[in-house]
Amino acid sequence: MKKKQDENTHFWQGNEACAEAAIAAGCRFLAGYPITPASEIAEILSKKLPKVGGIAIQMEDELASIGAVVGASWAGAKAMTATSGPGFSLMQETIGYAFMTETPCVIVDVQRLGPSTGQATKCGQGDVMQARWGTHGDYSAIVLSPNSVQEMFEMTIRAFNLAEKYRTPVILLADETTAHMRENATLPSLENLEIINRRKPKKGETAFFGLEEVPPMPSVGEGYNLAVTGSTHNEYGIRFTADPNVHRRLVERLNSKINNHANEISDVETRNIDDCQIGIVSFGCTSRAIYEAAENTEAKGFTVGYVRLKTLWPFPEKTVKRLAETAQKIIVPEMNLKQVFYEVQRVANGSTDVIPMNKIGGGELITPEELTEKILEVAKN
Amino acid sequence: MTEQFSIKKYLRDLPLPFCPGCGAMTVMSEFLRAVHELGHENLSKFVFCSGIGCSAWIPSPHFMADSVHTLHGRSIPAATGIKLMAPDVNVVIFGGDGDIVGIGMSHFIHAARRNLDILVIMVNNMIYGMTGGQVAPTTPLRSKTTTTPYGSFEHPLDAAALAATAGACYVARWTTAQPTELKESIKKALQMKGFRFIEAVSQCPTAFGRRAGFKDAGEMLKWFKANATPVEQAHKTSEEERAGKIVVGEFVQRKRPTLVETVYEMIAEAKKQNEED
Repeated sequence: MKKKQDENTHFWQGNEACAEAAIAAGCRFLAGYPITPASEIAEILSKKLPKVGGIAIQMEDELASIGAVVGASWAGAKAMTATSGPGFSLMQETIGYAFMTETPCVIVDVQRLGPSTGQATKCGQGDVMQARWGTHGDYSAIVLSPNSVQEMFEMTIRAFNLAEKYRTPVILLADETTAHMRENATLPSLENLEIINRRKPKKGETAFFGLEEVPPMPSVGEGYNLAVTGSTHNEYGIRFTADPNVHRRLVERLNSKINNHANEISDVETRNIDDCQIGIVSFGCTSRAIYEAAENTEAKGFTVGYVRLKTLWPFPEKTVKRLAETAQKIIVPEMNLKQVFYEVQRVANGSTDVIPMNKIGGGELITPEELTEKILEVAKN
Repeated sequence: MTEQFSIKKYLRDLPLPFCPGCGAMTVMSEFLRAVHELGHENLSKFVFCSGIGCSAWIPSPHFMADSVHTLHGRSIPAATGIKLMAPDVNVVIFGGDGDIVGIGMSHFIHAARRNLDILVIMVNNMIYGMTGGQVAPTTPLRSKTTTTPYGSFEHPLDAAALAATAGACYVARWTTAQPTELKESIKKALQMKGFRFIEAVSQCPTAFGRRAGFKDAGEMLKWFKANATPVEQAHKTSEEERAGKIVVGEFVQRKRPTLVETVYEMIAEAKKQNEED
């Protein structure tokens, strides 16, 4: 049966939805390097960005790509790059630089199967911890996790909004399945989209790196004599390493501006979390199995609740804790070897049993049937 | 020139980080002198990018201007984003040999190939100075450094020749013993478009000179003077005769469509096609 499509419904690939959303969010610069399974984002934006006066450029590698993104952001543009695990690894140093210099930008990591070259065309979810801890030093990450083409669109917009609001790099942690599958996405009318732009300084302002939780951000060429550095710097951007308090003040603020707003940033989809026997915590493509599995097992008389992590970082602790207080057992299905499992275990803090469910290799998903079986097995024990 | 040159006019009131006798001071003052002689009362038309290393400190944070002090080797990528999205600003990069043609070599070649509209001033002190004197891609063969205690066993890179081959619109090399020539080249380059590269061979008495057998900065400048060979003359000599010499002068001056020009032409074309669709 063919569904009637209105103007705002599109049968899109995940990567296509991401590219379209970037333009809608106001992105006008992409720098990237070809990599499976993310290349479509750069290909589509190479066609579409120039039409709106933007630029997509293919750089010599991922180090250059993220470097150009940072430069474009300081020139006033909303800027992004799209990559996969190997490229994401190469970008880590500059992601730390963007964090330290409070440079808004969006990094899309379409996860494939690692480590190393792994399986380039196959799905994996092994970059959860790299997205959180990939760069060196004390760092807090904002990482979003879509599980549908619709969310590839919505979360790309949210990624830009969060980047601009908090002046920090934001990672859209997609996966090969979500990025390559096609399904309908229904767009909100573009006029009603909430688009956040960085706060610009007023004339005479000089503190672009402190004094406020999120300081205003000028662009180069605007006459502010802007000093940007990844070294420890004072509120005015001047490198200052002699006083340990300057470093504490800076780095604690950079972390707390994200962590103090964890509740606002964290996003989850939940079901039955205050009344269930078995809980599930899942994310990304894997989480598409939870709906059917929950129904299947409930038909057999078990109450199932779940938390789907729409943001992986800051980790939605409060919601997961609520689930842990109710559920007798929590299953954590994921296409990696326990990356989110340990985080759930930490949050549960012994209040319930947390059971891993892991599958890697060949891009094979955890199916609703497999998850159903696991729930029944766990429920019976 | 309306008034006398005063370096302080262009600088923040901060202590400079350079060792006594460091050539970076010469490069800094000749650059600012060039800017002054071109009639710039301030640096508001410029954006400076640098990476990591002693010479990255020439603009950042000392110049009273916009400066983006990036990671080691990544000044050129940042400059690419800046120049493309803010094409009206003059982007100038200062970097050392390790920063520009060591860790950042690939960006250097590609920026020259793309003809990105920036001026790169590479202070070549032939050593990793900030980290204490390790061998660099520019260290002369058999020079003693902390990581080549028996003398370097590698051949140094000719960065100017590389820039010329890769497609730069202007390439020059001078030593800090030729400050006037250096300044004139900077003036010329600042008035040109496209990728421009000036290599300033510079003395690092602290981390290079003292291990390589030079008593002080003055001895190194004497060495530069004695070995600087004008490019016109160098062409007439054999490779063996040129060994150990520092070939100076202007290597390339040409016009090619620049990256800003080709990118914005592409945007205009895409917009036109969009309207026609």
